Amino acid sequence: MLEIKNIYKTFNIGTINEKHALNGVSLTLNDGDFVTVIGGNGAGKSTLLNAIAGVWPVDSGSLIIDGQDITGLPEYKRATYLGRVFQDPMTGTAATMEIEENLALAARRGASRGLKWGITHNERKKYHELLKELDLGLEDRMTSKVGLLSGGQRQALTLLMATLKQPKLLLLDEHTAALDPKTAAKVLSLSDKIIAENHLTAMMVTHNMKDAIVHGNRLIMMNDGKIIFDISGEEKKNLTVEDLLMKFEEISGEEFANDKALLA
Amino acid sequence: MNVLSLFRAMPGSVAQGLIWGIMALGVYITYKILNFADLTVDGTLGTGGAVAVMLILNGWPPAVALIFAFAAGMLAGLVTGILHTVLGIPDILSGILTQIALYSINMNIMGRSNQAVSVDKYNLVVSLRYIPAAIVTTVIFLVVIIGVLYWYFGTEQGFTIRATGCNPNMSRAQGINTNFAKVLALVLSNGLVGLAGGLYAQYQGNSDVNMGRGAIVIGLAAVIIGEVLGEAIFGKRLNFIGRLAFVAIGAIIYYVVIAFVLWLGLPSEDMKLFSAIVVSIFLAVPYLKGKSKTSFKKAAKNGGN
Repeated sequence: MLEIKNIYKTFNIGTINEKHALNGVSLTLNDGDFVTVIGGNGAGKSTLLNAIAGVWPVDSGSLIIDGQDITGLPEYKRATYLGRVFQDPMTGTAATMEIEENLALAARRGASRGLKWGITHNERKKYHELLKELDLGLEDRMTSKVGLLSGGQRQALTLLMATLKQPKLLLLDEHTAALDPKTAAKVLSLSDKIIAENHLTAMMVTHNMKDAIVHGNRLIMMNDGKIIFDISGEEKKNLTVEDLLMKFEEISGEEFANDKALLA
Repeated sequence: MNVLSLFRAMPGSVAQGLIWGIMALGVYITYKILNFADLTVDGTLGTGGAVAVMLILNGWPPAVALIFAFAAGMLAGLVTGILHTVLGIPDILSGILTQIALYSINMNIMGRSNQAVSVDKYNLVVSLRYIPAAIVTTVIFLVVIIGVLYWYFGTEQGFTIRATGCNPNMSRAQGINTNFAKVLALVLSNGLVGLAGGLYAQYQGNSDVNMGRGAIVIGLAAVIIGEVLGEAIFGKRLNFIGRLAFVAIGAIIYYVVIAFVLWLGLPSEDMKLFSAIVVSIFLAVPYLKGKSKTSFKKAAKNGGN
């Protein structure tokens, strides 16, 4: 499904801020894999997702989705294959556009956009049903501007937009980190539901080790721009947070430097 | 002061406002929808005028000359778009560069700094000699343009421009080529400004290389006055077509106010200073309003002992 072959990325080359963000990451995802990604601050988790999404080109290595090499494709072309939800609820939606218009934008991901109406009558009916399933009351506010929604509502909408047109790969980049615990739990269970119902392949970056263990069928841990631990199946299910911390210290030789992950 | 002379000036102000309303719609596309302060328009207006007048002087029908004025404007927008998206020059600077370049181009098109075109010799589309007819003609232009813009920004392609202006990161994540969307908007916007330039040159009977100087300020004034007024009258019920209509209304109000202050005795050389002050005030009001609700001064007053 997704094949990442030995990718490297260095930011600010030749300056005092030079940062080797990805140091030879290789990863193969199988169809239907739901991978959680954990690691300390600056480990390269978000950088890995951005590399897949094509926010910038990688320095070397290659990215292949379903046999097609996407290494040379710009971000907007890769969008055909990807659904994305971001940490900041503001990032995933267009605030000055209506809820239904945002959905209509997402429905045309990967399609050419011409002079047909931006949203059709049938679409509106379909979106009404889909929004109803979210159970946030958004189906009655379809012509409201997205800017009026709360962070949790926006993330739920972004999730719907990311999966409206079935992506080959869903990228969730700490998409619950900016929400209050109750809303975060709701958005997380919604993510689970959508991924299961649509049999999606997904990657979810999280700071929360417990979430990383409970969700998905596979877990990878990153440190210093490398994947240092990759576990799946029964073995993953039986993990504890203590196991993960020990594993981290054992492999990296340092303490897990992320208070947020430990306190969560 | 003679009130009658003020009244006599009104139809002319309305006609002028309507023509500049077309140009203000162009500014609305970039400034409001694309979120791009495009300074190209100061040059584009002159280009539209120069192209229209030279074609008419060379025997082309004045209406056809307007089509070419529109096309010339689109070309100017394309240049700014390429400077910004392909060459990575910041938005305001891209516009300024094109604007400066257009000064020379406009001089070259006309061969000198001013070219007259007389309504006695040519069947011009609009002229200040026939103001009522000019008003009717320009209103028809505006109705058609607003209708087309309303339709266009409801299409899939129009959606890409609106999304790009609002949130480029999200747009790319949804598969929108944001660079292409920016160029499209700049081309469309400057096309309208070129058309307005062509109309304005015919209206005043000549094209001048300086006629676009400060156009962006007038465009912004129209956009902002229209917005403030529209929201004051219709509040949340102000839809997109209403917003577009109020841009044109804003331009008319601007010219009526100008006529009024000229009548009050403001020297015409101080006009631009006056315009700049008016636009500054309108731009500053929303910011200061927000600040009056929450500021450090207020916090000190409320919380300090």
